[in-house]
Amino acid sequence: MNPTRPAVAAVAAVTLLALAGCGAGADRSSSADVLRVAGPFEVHSLDPTADGEIFTRLQVTETLVTSDIEGELVPGLATEWSASPDNTEWRFELVEGATFHDGSPLTPEAAVEALEKVATVEASPLAEVPIEDIAADESAVLFDLATADLTLPAVLTHYSTAILAPSSYDDAGQVTEVVGTGPYEVTDVELPASIETAVSPEWRGEEPAIEKVAFQAVGRAESRALLAVSDQADVVFSLEPAGRSRVEGADGVRMESSLQPRTILLKLNAEHPILGDVRVRRALSMALDRESMAGAVLREEELAATHLFPPSLEAWHPDLAPLPEDEQGALDLLAEAGWEPGSDGVLERDGEPLELTLLTYPDRPELPALATAIQGALAEIGVRIEVDVTNSSEIPAGQADGSLELALIAKHFALVSDPLVDVATVFAPEGDDWGVMNWADPAVERAIEALLAGAPEPEAAEHRETIVRVAHEDLPLIPVAWYRMNAAVSDRVDGFVMDPLETTWRITDLSWAS
Amino acid sequence: MTSRRLRLAGVLARRGAQGVGVAVVVSVLCFLLVLRLPGDAAYRIAAGRYGYDLVDQEAAAAVRAELGLDRSAWHRLGDWLIDLAQLDFGTSLVTSRPVAEEVGYYLLGTLQLAAVALAFAVVIGAGAGVLAARRPSGPVDRLTTAWVASVRAVPPFLLGLLLVVVFSAQLELLPAVGHGTPASLVLPAATLGLGLSGLFARVTRDAVVEVRSSEYVQFARTKGLAERWVLLRHVVRNAAVLVVPYLGVQAVVLIEGVVVVESLFSWQGLGHALVHAVFWRDVPVLQATALVLALLIVAVNTAVDLVVLWLDPRPRGSGVSA
Repeated sequence: MNPTRPAVAAVAAVTLLALAGCGAGADRSSSADVLRVAGPFEVHSLDPTADGEIFTRLQVTETLVTSDIEGELVPGLATEWSASPDNTEWRFELVEGATFHDGSPLTPEAAVEALEKVATVEASPLAEVPIEDIAADESAVLFDLATADLTLPAVLTHYSTAILAPSSYDDAGQVTEVVGTGPYEVTDVELPASIETAVSPEWRGEEPAIEKVAFQAVGRAESRALLAVSDQADVVFSLEPAGRSRVEGADGVRMESSLQPRTILLKLNAEHPILGDVRVRRALSMALDRESMAGAVLREEELAATHLFPPSLEAWHPDLAPLPEDEQGALDLLAEAGWEPGSDGVLERDGEPLELTLLTYPDRPELPALATAIQGALAEIGVRIEVDVTNSSEIPAGQADGSLELALIAKHFALVSDPLVDVATVFAPEGDDWGVMNWADPAVERAIEALLAGAPEPEAAEHRETIVRVAHEDLPLIPVAWYRMNAAVSDRVDGFVMDPLETTWRITDLSWAS
Repeated sequence: MTSRRLRLAGVLARRGAQGVGVAVVVSVLCFLLVLRLPGDAAYRIAAGRYGYDLVDQEAAAAVRAELGLDRSAWHRLGDWLIDLAQLDFGTSLVTSRPVAEEVGYYLLGTLQLAAVALAFAVVIGAGAGVLAARRPSGPVDRLTTAWVASVRAVPPFLLGLLLVVVFSAQLELLPAVGHGTPASLVLPAATLGLGLSGLFARVTRDAVVEVRSSEYVQFARTKGLAERWVLLRHVVRNAAVLVVPYLGVQAVVLIEGVVVVESLFSWQGLGHALVHAVFWRDVPVLQATALVLALLIVAVNTAVDLVVLWLDPRPRGSGVSA
């Protein structure tokens, strides 16, 4: 028996901890020339169709077309593009001298190989394009479409269409490595939380000022706020209100933000026995005190969505009277629709209570909070809402089997840089999983068709106005709040610009503050 | 010595058989539970793969076709069991990466965190317990009781935030979040370890008090052995027989119940993997994770048995003494 063994174990444990503590100092000093970025986005796959946005944001991969800070289409890997007069044949001329990070040249064949894989993935917007064939000639990628589609260049801004080198795929076609063409190449990746990049020697453009980038996924907003204020990250995306005020009160770090083309809205089943009545839909809308909700949950009253599209999507934000808030008006409309006060404060019609189930999902933390606020506001006018916080996929599943009543969703209107692509899907007459359900309007259909066929201005503006006005009056989707994307940026960094479309984080525009 | 070896072999054989049984039962149970969960698995998997902006009916239909989710449940369970027998865990339905690789990564994270947290708890808790037991109801004992109450009363989430605010934001000694570096392990391990140290102190104190009042310790004192040697030779070893099984139970709690701390510190462990796998209906990852957790419990119990056997080699039970 050796009586000192426990003591040895204790000493060993303490030493281990002490050694662990020493590591911290080394970590900090080596991070001096690395841009440390943190955000809530975990990366579970290297495949561009799954978690590809992180690699376009980190400027590792590039798409054929991209968008500038105003959302206008600008050249990416394609320097120019053109369509045949009937818009069924498209030609994307590739930039000269582009090289993948493995040193192989970006050839039209390599681009076609990557795009063909993407086109088979249903979740990618490219799968929606009626593609007959993708082919290569000596300098360009050619798309042959079954029917005319003017939105193809906008669709090609989507991260899922990023071009990877042939060496990125294994024999089964799975992405095993992200070999792109962007200014930065991946130097280390540890899924799901950490990616490190450095300037690629193959980069064809100007040498960026930031040489190395380390991205860390941090799930909890509290932890992200602490990273921002304690100088452990240079750019921290997506802070909650409490974290934001913390950053605003701290030295050496500032908040940056931009209005996203995203609207938090109530999606509803327009053929539902209760919600099929436009008077009920209007009453629900009138009962919402959007300003207080936005103030309480998003801490910013201006985010109250009085129109379907945020003001930043100027072309889609015509001059319409804001959606009114009027509790008495709501009660009058419901009375007109036959809903009378019932026994326990809930309205009734033919003995049936006015009860609805509202689905939402926790991926965006503000959604459950807003759902509860909506529940409270509607209870004031005698509408009982049951809130079900569940998986986001329950919404398309409910759409498919017709069981969906109400859903609170955060709808992005510019997944590809032209909102028309999303608008056309959202208002599709057959309905859309993240758009209208059992609702169609001939005027809206005609307007969308004309826009998709390339109607010129100012006629296009009239069509856009028609779509927005009809939706504003008939409320197949009830807007609740707009959405602002924010980031805490360290004073070590100059030149930060928040891209409202989040296509890229524009790291090449950044420099170290002198 | 032979009887000791026999007992050792007995422990190992019993635990080995238990391990195989647990593996089968856990896999089947997991599978059945996932079948009973609400919602359509194809939709959940599509949401996991493509995110909430892109999940729709077409994506779900494509996932269903690709993964053959239309096949009967028994067919899929049979496939999994056959693969498991060949030690093939398959690939994740969401990330398409090999499950063994993925779960192995999270397992390593969990084991690192649990080991350092336990070391923390043992050093602080057992140390305080031994000191408190020197003079029951004395000031150190009272202080320990207060410590037990306070660390148990503070939820790990709050304790973690407090540690981050003090050691990371204010003193700038340690990173607030991260995974992979020794420095980033300190705060999450300390959060868990401090939480456990209270109970450790309590259990150790009671065990030491009990052992100290025993006749063999009285005898050791009577024969004139110095107090230090009494403690090291007689008290610590005998008290450890009581404390080690408790340590085993806590290790299990640590391995399974650290999701909140993992997410607060962005530490990648099995809790994280399990939550995601349930949320996404990633059955192979879920089954493998549950299996690993179950086998870990068997392994921890085996280790506890062996350590207790070593600490207290006296024969026990009729089968062994015969």
